Amino acid sequence: MSILVYLVEHDRGTIAETTLGGMRAARDLAAAAGLALHVAVPGATGDGLVDEIARHGPEVVHQLHHELLDDYGPLAWAAALSQVADSLAATAIAATGTDRGNEVMAHVGALRDVAMVANCLTVTPEGDEWEMLRVRWGGSLHERTALAGDFKLVTFAPHVHEAEPAAGPAVVSRFTPLLDASHGVTVVRQRTETASGVTLATAPVVVSGGRGVGGPEGFEPLEALAARLGGVVGCSRVATNNGWRPHSDQVGQTGTVVAPDLYIACGISGAVQHWVGMMNAKHVLAINTDAQAPMVTKADWAVIGDLATIVPAILAEIERRHG
Amino acid sequence: MRVLVCVKRVPAPGARIVLNDDHRSVDATLLGFTVSPHEECAVEEGVRIAEQHGGSVTVLTLGPAEAEEQIRTAFAVGVDEGVRIDAGPDDPDPMATARAVASTVAGLEAAGGTFDLILFGNESADAGGYQVGIRVAHALGRQIVSGVKAIEVGNGSISVQRPTATGVEVYELPLPAAAAVKEGINLPRYPTLKTRLSAKKKPVEVVEATPEPGGQRMIELIAPPEDTSTVDILGTGSEAAGAVVDVIERMVSL
Repeated sequence: MSILVYLVEHDRGTIAETTLGGMRAARDLAAAAGLALHVAVPGATGDGLVDEIARHGPEVVHQLHHELLDDYGPLAWAAALSQVADSLAATAIAATGTDRGNEVMAHVGALRDVAMVANCLTVTPEGDEWEMLRVRWGGSLHERTALAGDFKLVTFAPHVHEAEPAAGPAVVSRFTPLLDASHGVTVVRQRTETASGVTLATAPVVVSGGRGVGGPEGFEPLEALAARLGGVVGCSRVATNNGWRPHSDQVGQTGTVVAPDLYIACGISGAVQHWVGMMNAKHVLAINTDAQAPMVTKADWAVIGDLATIVPAILAEIERRHG
Repeated sequence: MRVLVCVKRVPAPGARIVLNDDHRSVDATLLGFTVSPHEECAVEEGVRIAEQHGGSVTVLTLGPAEAEEQIRTAFAVGVDEGVRIDAGPDDPDPMATARAVASTVAGLEAAGGTFDLILFGNESADAGGYQVGIRVAHALGRQIVSGVKAIEVGNGSISVQRPTATGVEVYELPLPAAAAVKEGINLPRYPTLKTRLSAKKKPVEVVEATPEPGGQRMIELIAPPEDTSTVDILGTGSEAAGAVVDVIERMVSL
């Protein structure tokens, strides 16, 4: 039986949030394609993840040990992943399409000169070819695509597949790749930690402002509402391009992708660029002067009118009821 | 510094993407065209680096004759030279695109000297393959980091930063190097009427390419099913505050 190797993404021992979901997709693909699912964990820093990974149905867990793999480095990780695949005579590698997952897999594709299909929703093996449905335009369009070749590389769109534990032998094996200084050039040199508390990507509530906010001062009531609801402030690309908010607050295809329980869109029209960044929010409340704005028609609830009076009124009502 | 920036012409969609009848392209009859936001910032970054450290910026695109519009926009914000790769009417797959770009860059370097820095957008806004820059860097023997949101030019090297959920990571690359950047690395300047007019007169070099296709073949594009649920309008103006708080109370403990 041939082998599919799945990359376990982690940051110095902390597993990436989307990795087990992608592993479930990899397991389903391996079963459909008649492949055995092996997983690879780069760096001894990831050794502590074995028990957690083992509960998700791999045949073998390969610990890739080399000092250049302990911290993240796209080329070192790609070379190690490609080498372990060769040592197993594997015929496919999969990962989840995060920033790092897509980056590592593109390097594997370049090293092997084979195709890599990013951000797949489904992968259907059809003999020698695989057919996939993948994400374009950040998810506002899908693409059916075919992947040919003896060695296949795919990434799964993140946040799409739910992790599901499964029994498996989960034999632990160790592999030492051959890496040299050239692989280590792009390993992280240093890092600074800046944020603490709730981040935009993980906040349960996001209060977001767009063109209708009118300027940087207009975000003050949004800040107050977000703080009262235990959330954070986001913004649209218009707000960033006007210099009203830092780019790190931007929700959208080229900013941060969020999936909060509640997304409150204040004065945001709902262009595709923004929509794909928050379309996975569980609930959307739109506040807008234009009842025909796409954000309003696609929302669960909407209030029509000027956010500069409505947002303070909401805050006052919360204070009246809850103090 | 001799800087090269690679860009792709893409439709600028508004609130909805409509497909052509062949289900292989986006109906752009009512849309303008642009480059991906990441690439707009890559152009700005290249121009700023050349302004601060001296040198020149070349912009390279693969696309139809109409893509010269995007090269001229780059001229209007300070780019010195423009090259378009003509690879026929269809969008090549990512491997073929990378092959055409890499061989064209090799040709430009043979003629005009090595590019110290090659910049890409992290991914194109439309196809989102996340790989062309990395493949080109490998073909040209350059080190590359993606997701870059700050570049500092040092002596013979660059230091680049990439945000994480809680901070930033720093990478050091020897020159010549490559980087795939993200929007937010800078706030791009706007062209002025004057720079737009002078950009019209600049020549664009055209290189023809027929790259060998890779293993990925697009079959068709599909518009995902639209959300057909209807919005519940809670009211108009500040009188709706009570109804809004009723809704919020169902999801957030206050």
